Amino acid sequence: MLILTCPYCGINADETDLHGDGEAHIPRQGAGAAEDDFEAYLFHKKNPRGVHFERWRHVFGCGKWFHAARDTMTLEVFGTYKAQTFEPPKALINKIKKKRLDWEGYMK
Amino acid sequence: MSEAVTALRGANFDGAVTVSDAGLRGMITLRGDLGDEKLAAVVKAAVRLGMPKPRGVKEGAKGAVAWMSPDELLLMVDYDKADAVVSGIDKALKGDHFLAVNVSDARVVLRLEGQGVREVIAKGAPADLSPEGLPIGEIRRTRLGQVAVAFWLSDAEILHLICFRSVGAHVFNWLSNAAQAGSLPGFLRPD
Ligand SMILES: [Zn+2]
Repeated sequence: MLILTCPYCGINADETDLHGDGEAHIPRQGAGAAEDDFEAYLFHKKNPRGVHFERWRHVFGCGKWFHAARDTMTLEVFGTYKAQTFEPPKALINKIKKKRLDWEGYMK
Repeated sequence: MSEAVTALRGANFDGAVTVSDAGLRGMITLRGDLGDEKLAAVVKAAVRLGMPKPRGVKEGAKGAVAWMSPDELLLMVDYDKADAVVSGIDKALKGDHFLAVNVSDARVVLRLEGQGVREVIAKGAPADLSPEGLPIGEIRRTRLGQVAVAFWLSDAEILHLICFRSVGAHVFNWLSNAAQAGSLPGFLRPD
C-alpha cells in the first residue's frame, strides 16, 4: 500500500484517497507545437524502474495537485512537494542521491 | 416558497452507536486567500469565530467554520441565514478574488453518537481514526466506501459527517449497517 503525505493539508493519504497522474514536470506542448514535440509530450514517458517523479492529486481530501518522488520498484517514498515548481527541490534530489548511489540524478 | 427538507427526512438508527439526520444546516463554501484580513473579517462577521488552523474546525453559538483546503473554508450557520450570509460576503469582498456559494441543499449532515463512533467510520475510510490521528476538533476529508465525506468529532463520542445529498441515503444505510449492535471491535474507545 502506498501512503503519500499531502504537502498542502499534511494528511498521510492512502493511495485510495489519491489520484495518480503519471510523470511530473512535463513541459506542455500547445497547439503551435511541432508534431514530434507534441507526440513526445503525449506518449514518450520515462517510465523508469527506480526513482520516479510523479503528479498526484489529493482527490478525496483537500483536492490539491502535488508531486511525489518514489521508487517504482520498491515503492519507497522519498518525499512529496508542492506543485508550484518546474523541477524537484534540490534537498530532495540530494536525499535520493544518498540513498541510491547508482542513480543518474534528475533529468528533464 | 417550497418547504425545505433534508434528504434523510429525520432518519435515525440505534445500534452500537446512534446514526441520525442532523437536520437542515446552512453551509457555505468560501474560497479565497485564507491569509487575507478581509476574508478573516467576513468569517468573523458570519460565525463570530476566528480563522481555523489547517484541518481545524471551530464551533460557536453562531455557527462553525471548518478548514477544507489551503484556500477553502466551510461556514456553517442556521439554514435560513445562509443566503443572507452569502450576500454579506459578496458585498464585503466585492472586487477581490473569492467565491462564496450556498451549498446547504447540496449536502447532508449526519450525527453519530456513542462510544464507538471512531470504529464505525474506520470500517470504511482509509483514515487514521485514532485520537492521535484525528484529534477532537479536526476535520478529515476522505472517502467512506466509494463516496467523498468529511467528518470531525466535537466531543469524544459525537461525530459529525457531511456528504453529498445525492448519496445521503446510501451513506445513512452504510453507517447503519456498520453500526450494527455487537459489530465493533472495541479497539478505538475513548478513555
Ligand atoms: Zn491534501
